[in-house]
Amino acid sequence: MAADLRALHQDLLRPLEPTGPAYKSTVLLLALIAGWGGLCWLYMMYNGLGVSGISHPVGWGLYITNFVFWVGIAHSGTLISAILFLFRARWRTAIARSSEAMTVFAVMTAGLFPLVHLGRPWYFFWLLPYPNQRELQPNFRSPLVWDVFAISTYLIISSVFLYLGLIPDLAAARDAARGARRKLYGLLALGWRGTGRQWRSFSSAYLLFCGLATPLVVSVHSVVSWDFAMGIVPGWHATIFAPYFVAGAILSGLAMVLTLSIPLRRLLRLEAYITMRHFENLAKLILLTSLIVGYAYVVEAHLAWGSGDRIERDSFGLRFHGSWESPLFWLMVACNAVIPLLFFARRVRTHLPSLFGIALLINVGMYLERLVIISGSLSHDFLPAVWRGYHPTWVEASITLGSFGWFLMWFVLFVRQAPPLPIAELKEHLQEASL
Amino acid sequence: MSSVKQGPILGLFPTGESAAAAAEELRRRGFSELEYRAPAPHPALERAFAGPSSPVRRFTLIGAILGGLAGFALTIGLSLLWPRIVGGKPVVSVPPFLVIVFELTILAGGLATLVGFLWSGRLGRAQRGPYDPSLSVDRYGIVVRCAASEREAAAAALRELGCEAVVE
Repeated sequence: MAADLRALHQDLLRPLEPTGPAYKSTVLLLALIAGWGGLCWLYMMYNGLGVSGISHPVGWGLYITNFVFWVGIAHSGTLISAILFLFRARWRTAIARSSEAMTVFAVMTAGLFPLVHLGRPWYFFWLLPYPNQRELQPNFRSPLVWDVFAISTYLIISSVFLYLGLIPDLAAARDAARGARRKLYGLLALGWRGTGRQWRSFSSAYLLFCGLATPLVVSVHSVVSWDFAMGIVPGWHATIFAPYFVAGAILSGLAMVLTLSIPLRRLLRLEAYITMRHFENLAKLILLTSLIVGYAYVVEAHLAWGSGDRIERDSFGLRFHGSWESPLFWLMVACNAVIPLLFFARRVRTHLPSLFGIALLINVGMYLERLVIISGSLSHDFLPAVWRGYHPTWVEASITLGSFGWFLMWFVLFVRQAPPLPIAELKEHLQEASL
Repeated sequence: MSSVKQGPILGLFPTGESAAAAAEELRRRGFSELEYRAPAPHPALERAFAGPSSPVRRFTLIGAILGGLAGFALTIGLSLLWPRIVGGKPVVSVPPFLVIVFELTILAGGLATLVGFLWSGRLGRAQRGPYDPSLSVDRYGIVVRCAASEREAAAAALRELGCEAVVE
């Protein structure tokens, strides 16, 4: 048993060893992509939002699409870490840490886009309630203000949750490291020594965090969905938006976990810990959420048809056929509700290239879903005279690309600077298995 | 002048079960001030060192209640300070305010949980007493606190009970 624990310990601290040129080049490349996005943002700040494709009537374009997409990606970390922990689904352990990290970096990325969309981001503090001479305060009845509170809370809680779980593993890294890294890990481990009192507090705090994070994750994407559903725009004003968006968020997040875990497992040589069983279970969860999302697509259309509202019906009719977003809509249906059905076949669920390919397609499909709902609905609302398509410009495309570079750069940095798998939790499972 | 060694001593054990059994035996021999160290939570050690439940949950509860109250105070108070009628709704519209109340409840509950964890785990302050890096790998430790005159007897008892090494 001791030999098993030592082997596990060494295997899981190996990724923290000094990195090679390939890793450094990857980080540099991702930093350059993120930097390009940042430069384009500066360009837009200097020249105004006119350099983007956002114009009347499509006031919300790729930036808000990116915001919703990245918030959605952030949901799987909490699902895997908190919700599956409460359900005692032990298989989650091996992928929990990377999913939690993904959550934090995805929320960090998402949080940038309302600022990008502002055009004048230096006025963002107008959304915050703070004492001021004019006694101006935000409108607490607005979903946009709810969003500020929900996203900020989610970022803080998911960051603390990630850090809390890391503390025992940072202590293990401290004990194995030398020099400056030892000092850094020692500082971050806060003097953790694995005493009985510390483990009791840790277990209690972890469980409580799971209990807090579970309703939070449901609330966050519900609030995001209300950014739309509270508006009267045809295509947005639907009561099913909250559960529909939460299911979609979990689907996209799980797909991103698969997309990142498959190469991570291979590059960090973690095949003994992240096994096919993990991928198969993820595929089953994807299948479940895909069925919910597919059902929501049908219900959403049915609600429009049964509403008796001519504008609402026409808006959905255009979504299906005759508008710029119609091909994107059908591609989205294929990627999110049809292709994942292949996971009913065990052979597909246990075939890595298929898993990776389908996960990528779901990522694409979920991005399109947000674009179709947000910009598609705006492009044909109540006044046919102002109906207009939406054509993102190179600035929007560059900032979007930059957000992927930004997200991946943090993720790649994280998995080589902090234990990418929860060492203490895996040791606990190993001990219990040997009893 | 001969120096008498003081402070706790640590015995390293290869398994959680052997450490838990040693702790039971040490108690029988009169060493009552014991604590354990482990690389991960271990059921045998948790049973052997069963104590009062962690106070972290009280922090969470108090934090969450204060967060919720702060949410009500913030939304209602600031709306009254800036009484603006939007969409024909009352200035104090509690249902939409509940979203912010909920978020602040979770936020304050979470931050209070962190504070409770740091406080009850005595983290973020100077750690004293013997420690060995193998405790974060695969070894389990029993720390014995005793009078200086009993240290040798405690070290002998630890070795007799299967301890691999004694750290002072």
